[in-house]
Amino acid sequence: MTAQAQIAPSQTGAAHVEVCNLCVTVRAPDGSALRIVDDVSFAIPRGEVLALIGESGSGKTTIALSLMGYARGGARIEGRIRVGDATLDGTESASLAAQRGNRITYVAQSAAAAFNPSRRVMEQVIEPALIHGTASDAEARRHAVELFEALSLPDPAGIGSRYPHELSGGQLQRLMAAMALITRPDLVIFDEPTTALDVTTQVEVLQAFRKVVRDQGATGVYVSHDLAVVAQMADRILVLNRGRVREQDAVRAVLETPADDYTRTLLAAARPVVKAAVPAPATGSPLLSIEGICAGYGPVDREGRAAHPVLSDVSLHIGRGAAVGVIGESGSGKSTVARVVAGLLAPTAGTVLLDGQPLARSLKDRSREELRRVQIVFQNADIALNPAHSVGEILGRVLRFYEGISGHAARARVAELLDLIRLPAAVATRRCDELSGGQKQRINLARALAAKPDLILCDEVTSALDTVVREAILELLAELRRDLGVAYLFISHDIATVQALCDEIVVLYKGTCVESGPARAYAAPPFHPYTDLLISSVPELRTDWLSDVGRKDPPRLAAPDDGGGLCRFLPRCPVAIAGRCDTASPPLRQLDSGNAVLCHRSQAELAG
Amino acid sequence: MDSLIRAARRLPLSGKLGLGLVVFWIVVAIAGPFVAPYPPGSFVNEEVFAGSSGRFLLGSDFLGRDVLSRLLSGARFTVGLSAIAVAIAASIGTGLALCAAVGPRWLDEILSRSMDTLISIPSKIFALVLVAAFGSSIVLLTLILALTYVPGNFRIARSLAVGLARLDYVEVARARGEGRLYLALVEVLPNMMRPLFADIGLRFVFIVLLLSGLSFLGLGLQPPDADLGSLVRENTSGLAEGALAIIAPAVAIASLTVGVNLLIDAATQGKAE
Repeated sequence: MTAQAQIAPSQTGAAHVEVCNLCVTVRAPDGSALRIVDDVSFAIPRGEVLALIGESGSGKTTIALSLMGYARGGARIEGRIRVGDATLDGTESASLAAQRGNRITYVAQSAAAAFNPSRRVMEQVIEPALIHGTASDAEARRHAVELFEALSLPDPAGIGSRYPHELSGGQLQRLMAAMALITRPDLVIFDEPTTALDVTTQVEVLQAFRKVVRDQGATGVYVSHDLAVVAQMADRILVLNRGRVREQDAVRAVLETPADDYTRTLLAAARPVVKAAVPAPATGSPLLSIEGICAGYGPVDREGRAAHPVLSDVSLHIGRGAAVGVIGESGSGKSTVARVVAGLLAPTAGTVLLDGQPLARSLKDRSREELRRVQIVFQNADIALNPAHSVGEILGRVLRFYEGISGHAARARVAELLDLIRLPAAVATRRCDELSGGQKQRINLARALAAKPDLILCDEVTSALDTVVREAILELLAELRRDLGVAYLFISHDIATVQALCDEIVVLYKGTCVESGPARAYAAPPFHPYTDLLISSVPELRTDWLSDVGRKDPPRLAAPDDGGGLCRFLPRCPVAIAGRCDTASPPLRQLDSGNAVLCHRSQAELAG
Repeated sequence: MDSLIRAARRLPLSGKLGLGLVVFWIVVAIAGPFVAPYPPGSFVNEEVFAGSSGRFLLGSDFLGRDVLSRLLSGARFTVGLSAIAVAIAASIGTGLALCAAVGPRWLDEILSRSMDTLISIPSKIFALVLVAAFGSSIVLLTLILALTYVPGNFRIARSLAVGLARLDYVEVARARGEGRLYLALVEVLPNMMRPLFADIGLRFVFIVLLLSGLSFLGLGLQPPDADLGSLVRENTSGLAEGALAIIAPAVAIASLTVGVNLLIDAATQGKAE
């Protein structure tokens, strides 16, 4: 590997990055000063990676940005910061602000938003080197290709000539790392670089990042809310809460012997366990049955297929009071399932039965009672709650719409609902933009509960939340299920969350159901190869996890990608069988664990 | 009320200036005719194009009428007509835009294409043709001014509404079974008010200028009524002498439009932060 030849001799001794008594102050709306970072000190030796970890609002990004001498509008930085020989106020040799993009570089959360869609990737990756004159054009291009190779990007020599929209999110994230490393910086700041990625992609990106950071001997700051991810990347961890340092130690020490209560809370929340006892769902006829649903977007052709099909032949059943989880990567069609059940998208084939009665395909043909019994809750409470209305109005509207309750009775019921979701009744007069993310998500849930539904469709309701808040919401969901007997269709990309809450899990891949069965069967193999990939991609709370994740490349098959009845996972499947998987459609196998998998491999083979 | 005063305090200096001018002209439009020293149509001075004096603060016009009195009553026409016209334009434009956003696709297509057709006709020519065809009564003039600015308001409101109608909270309301009227008026409309008000303010200025322009050409308000534009026109012969009779109404139009613009700029900037 050429990149290895350029390792800078790592010099230890005096710390490379030094931060002393850092305070960042902003003006609160009432004019008083508000400290968002309070007396934070740390040091990073050359070649080490320090992780800043904490919930949103803990000040971790603010600290990372202040290392570049940057403060968001109206904020004031105080204290001493030194990176290499640059300081905040430029007293030693240069100011931090002047080092941006050259000696100090930044990898942002959303690479898709950070690339200019109208320029080729290579031009953008080498731009920092050219602007700061650290290398000639040819030299920078050569270095970029080496970085692409070190980051395990496909076709390192050719990928630079492509446009951002031709590349996947994981690839763009790695290209952004290449852009950050092209000037051989003194410090690289990674700001939640894998948070927006699927777990399966996250593994690849993390492996690439770790390799390149070690090869280049780069000094880094890694900002994240995910302890398990940080455990793979960092040498030391700094735990932050409300702008204060709670704990600072080597990774292993923080994970194994946390000294601070807050760290212990974070550790516990990283692997959610729902404590509320949940009764076994009643057997008998299912509450909701989805049978052979096909759906998609765009115009429907004469044979009844949508121009962009998303779901093909998906079936699932939800018992009364049961919780069924649907997992899959983005693009697997899991949200489309919820939209079809809610009536927001008319399926092109198949039926949805509520209590044995078929539901009309589109909204306007459903009765108000049918609509009331199935409620949908969306992922992002910021855009799922109307900012023009107060909480009381939002909840009150549902009561008036379905039950005709208004006035005093409605106010009493709103207070009752708020109590149910553990919020004070005074919240009813507030607007949603005055509430925190977790509170908003509770209101989002309360709106569904206001209709007294039999089934709530939860579309990624915990995905945008911090781990600690996520655990509280999961706990609330389990309690509501116990107390109200409501059933859930719980959609998530995170198998740990689904396992904590659900009785049954369905795994979707590209719109087909590849595995379904009781949640406990997902604790150990045999799995469908795709389920196996999903489960093994969830980072674990130990430092050597990333090194242990072995990735087998799929065998090379001369598979005609006809999109017909063949297994959809075939192009990525590590255990595909030539001559069988690429010629016939996979059978549905019933495993002893109770799971049904769509695979050519037998139970014994899948277990091994 | 308290919050309004606080919002006004927070305006930058230019915004405060704009607010002052706008409030001033609203007061003039309402109270002007009551405080005017003379009836606007009566000939009170022997001298035409007289300069400022104790009896005639802004002098006299080309027929020897009191300019101040005519200005005070003319402001009522300019501000009042324009305000009514912009209200009609915004109601029709925004109403149609909401229909397009929550209605079926074909309706959106038909509305958008017909508005595109209307917008492609220059507004001044369009107004001239309509005035030529139907004459210029006050009611008709108001309708013409309104109609001219419907397409522009529709464009802005539709792009706002279509964006909002895709948001999750509208989806949730749709999934609840809410009707289209509810979606449009309760879920979408309140969230587009601020940018919409900026647009309405801007259109008010356009309408003032268009009305003044039409009146200047003699196609707007007909004598004996006069708006600020007609005051400028009827006194053009005083231009060579630099008579106050032509400068005063011109300054009035300028200060009204500049004031509204300053206020809008300040108000929309405050929102962005």
